[in-house]
Amino acid sequence: MTITDTPPGGDTVVAPTETTSKLGDRIFGGISLGAGILILVTLAAVALFLFVEAWPTFGADPGEFNESFVSYVAPLLFGTIWAASLALLMALPLAVGVALFISHYAPKRIAVTLGYFIDLLAAIPSVVFGLWGIAVLAPILSRSVYPWLEDNLGFLPFFAGPASTSGRTMMTAAVVLAVMILPIITAISREVFLQTPRLHEEASLALGATKWEMIQQAVLPYGRSGVISGAMLGLGRALGETMAVAIILSPANIITVNVISNQNPNTIAANIALKFPESAGLSVNRLIATGLVLFFVTFVVNALARRIANSGFSGADG
Amino acid sequence: MNSPKRRILAGAFVLTLVAAACGSDSSSSSSTDAPTSSNAAGTTDAMTETTDGAPMAEVSGTLVGAGASSQAAAMQAWQAGFQEANPDATVEYDPVGSGGGRETFLAGGTDFAGSDSALKDEEYTASIDRCAGDQGAINLPHYISPIALPYNLPSLEGETLNLTPEVIAGIFANTITKWNDPAIAADNPSLTLPDTTINPVHRSDDSGTTKNFTDYMSQSAPDVWTYGAIEPWDTDGPGGGEGAPQTSGVVAAVMAGEGSIGYADASQIGDLPAASVGVAGDFVAYSPEAAAKIVDSSERVTGPSGLDYTIKVNRTPDTADTYPIALVSYHIVCLQYDSQEKVDLVKAFMHYVGSDAGQAAAAAAAGSAPLSAEVQAEVQKSVDEISVAP
Amino acid sequence: MTVTEQRPTQHASSITANRLTRVQTGAVLAGAVVVGALSWLPSGSPNWARWIIVGLVSYCIGIYVVSRIVEGRRQGLDRLMRAVVTSAFAVVAMPLVSLLWTVVERGTNRFDVAFFTDTMRGVTGAEGGIYHAIVGTMIVTGLATIMSVPFGLFTAIYLAEYGHGTKLAKAIQSMVDVMTGIPSIVAGLFAYAMFEMIFGPGTRSGIAGAVALTVLMTPVVVRSSEEMLRLVPNELREAAYALGVPKWKTIVKVVLPTAIAGIITGVVLSIARVIGETAPLLVTAGLAQGVNWNPFDGRMTTLPVFTYYQYVQPGVPPSNGQDRAWAAALVLIIIVMVLFTVARILSSVLKPKGLR
Repeated sequence: MTITDTPPGGDTVVAPTETTSKLGDRIFGGISLGAGILILVTLAAVALFLFVEAWPTFGADPGEFNESFVSYVAPLLFGTIWAASLALLMALPLAVGVALFISHYAPKRIAVTLGYFIDLLAAIPSVVFGLWGIAVLAPILSRSVYPWLEDNLGFLPFFAGPASTSGRTMMTAAVVLAVMILPIITAISREVFLQTPRLHEEASLALGATKWEMIQQAVLPYGRSGVISGAMLGLGRALGETMAVAIILSPANIITVNVISNQNPNTIAANIALKFPESAGLSVNRLIATGLVLFFVTFVVNALARRIANSGFSGADG
Repeated sequence: MNSPKRRILAGAFVLTLVAAACGSDSSSSSSTDAPTSSNAAGTTDAMTETTDGAPMAEVSGTLVGAGASSQAAAMQAWQAGFQEANPDATVEYDPVGSGGGRETFLAGGTDFAGSDSALKDEEYTASIDRCAGDQGAINLPHYISPIALPYNLPSLEGETLNLTPEVIAGIFANTITKWNDPAIAADNPSLTLPDTTINPVHRSDDSGTTKNFTDYMSQSAPDVWTYGAIEPWDTDGPGGGEGAPQTSGVVAAVMAGEGSIGYADASQIGDLPAASVGVAGDFVAYSPEAAAKIVDSSERVTGPSGLDYTIKVNRTPDTADTYPIALVSYHIVCLQYDSQEKVDLVKAFMHYVGSDAGQAAAAAAAGSAPLSAEVQAEVQKSVDEISVAP
Repeated sequence: MTVTEQRPTQHASSITANRLTRVQTGAVLAGAVVVGALSWLPSGSPNWARWIIVGLVSYCIGIYVVSRIVEGRRQGLDRLMRAVVTSAFAVVAMPLVSLLWTVVERGTNRFDVAFFTDTMRGVTGAEGGIYHAIVGTMIVTGLATIMSVPFGLFTAIYLAEYGHGTKLAKAIQSMVDVMTGIPSIVAGLFAYAMFEMIFGPGTRSGIAGAVALTVLMTPVVVRSSEEMLRLVPNELREAAYALGVPKWKTIVKVVLPTAIAGIITGVVLSIARVIGETAPLLVTAGLAQGVNWNPFDGRMTTLPVFTYYQYVQPGVPPSNGQDRAWAAALVLIIIVMVLFTVARILSSVLKPKGLR
């Protein structure tokens, strides 16, 4: 992850201009420029192709589907944002804790290994997380957590129940999503925590601060924007996460904040994965249209993350 | 810059080769083209006599189909059995869903379609254009899969739950919500039913299973189930209940959740008990044989060619030996193709599928219900009529 | 921080104030373990998750209370936060250990030789294997690598060497960031949409899957390569220019060899990231039962898609497919681990002398 924009010694060196080297340079530079522009073209193509393929949905004969596109996509959009937000809510404090543990508490030698372990977890395929979620986590939560939540916190709309007996709920999906995005947030937070200027830390300690006070005074303020942009990246990942949700959730066509019942709003990505392989004709176009909506949402979230990262990182450039 | 990258690619390539060297794939032999198409005429004669699945002359070539995923497991068995008898022939099947299967077939992309519902009228009209000649396509009911009602009530261990159609419809329409509801108790006088909330589990994806199950409820309990035969439960159904994707999702949800009841392909319910269903005043447990009878007791629609075998499934049989909840899945084929080779292939494969051997293979692999002898004979008769367009 | 001896005086200053001894903190820990055990003892069978969670919570509370009484408010808070941060790590490790354990335990049911040499063609029982899925994964991932490495590397060269500071470079950089955030399923839909326009509805092929993975892989390659190119000291470039070496030759002969370790590591890590992608391949490459060597025609099974389908369409009885699904999941995890280790070894072996 690029955190800083300016590299060490970032000012470009002007190359000598020799007539003999011009052709080679022009070709090489041209290829490089072409590759860079191709990035822009690719992104434009993604948006364009999705749009073209989504278009027939909107012009479709109203009798083709039982509901309008808006009422089709609304519960899915809600479910997508809801699941991702819940996951972020659970993952963020833990990720910051783990990042602090690795950067400031664990012994140096162990810290490197732990960092590697966390990075590795980020690469575990989501389908494996899905299998684990449905085979291990769902039964545990449905047996010992959901009934308790319903009995003791049922007055909150989130735990209104009736508690699902199968554990295939929004809560289970969100927990798995949290586990999945945790490594991402941890990796970025750890990196900024480690970049805290040593002088700040030592100054704080020299003034008699305890370790926690030092972290509060020096590390957290310095790393705040990094943590936020990491969180946004994690949120973006959770929004687009597909297979784990597809395997775990029992979806219904509703909007509800109840996270432990057997009726849950599905997410856009999971809905596509579940329906796409057996869809034909206009249904395919409609699924692609929901994909376009998802693309737009993640685009906004990522743009926001970038803005925060760029604006907040003035202190980290040194 | 290039050499290390090349090294990696080369490494990957070597890995691939190593993997290739130790792998085995029975399909690799099928690319060798044997000159069987030359004696095609003789093959056709031989085959018309073998309607009972006796060994036929070998055929070669590639037959491409696509459609219902409900048939996917059975198709695996049919492909294996057919290719064993005809090493030079290959059958491909894309489980893209019934709708997609019919669409690609009608667009000419495949040679046959697998579908959980027969061609609609307008699709039949389209099939006249798609198929060679002017005969259009026919539906062959080759795959009957019983749908069981698995439930999770540990306190009833060892006993069997009896449910009348009205009770089943009431449970899935959310009008019966407790297991000790008097309506359920009335059918099960010997059982002590628990005071648990019923969690009816349905398919959240569009599926032929849902369509056949809701068709059953709307035919046998029309007063309680007023939603008709539906495919997308979420938008057209009564709402409520737990929706799970695919058969495996329904089974997993029922298996995990006490008090749940669902409907699923009978071969997939594992150790779960399945309810016996009220038929003609009695209760019938699901079994392949009882489910296969549903085709015999239903009305056949023969279509314009007189060869079509579309079934108007009768969900309220008069005799208590028929299990009325079953998925009927068709193979849709043209009556006329434009080449002899294709005709030979289609006929040989469809003959095999409809034969005793084919039906037994599907029963073993997918838990389907073998067609009765009479239906088999009728279906094979239709297959015999497939020919080259003049 | 590890002052262990107990001071007799009752000073208020934090440096010389009373300190908890190791024995005392150990006692709090032991108490927490016991409280955790009490939470499951009445039910009879050990509940590891509950034990650990109750134990951690009671340790955090216990150490705070004890430390606050003995050491004062500030030290109490410090101890509490140390305990909380460490607990956070323990809580996170729990699901991960459980996941690895489950995959290994269930995956070994079918982790035999036939599993690697057989395909699913014609398989209806317990046998069958992932040979076709391994071939498919290698072809699709290989093609994606072939497409995205030059693409990503040249973009990185442009960003780091040619266009640095220009408006275009800034635009490209932010679009690379946007690309990093594209959900994998959207990349899959894009590839599907593109190939549908060329080959008609319902098309599935390995190359479409590779295109989808390229969209996901390229930004990762760009970012890691760019970062590595920027780490190359400018003195090296200046020295080359001073000798009259043209810019492109400087890049090829000086800059890239210096950064190659980091670049290759980045590439391997990006392969590790996309090799487990399921959703984009589900909609582009689909599922086949046998080996397909041709990425331009027909469906091509990859390991993650195989895993998914074996789980949702497991055959009769369902345990056959489920065993295959877990075994394939184990293979996937092993592949990812191997790639990670390879990346690590490469980065230390290829690191040129003199750089850091």
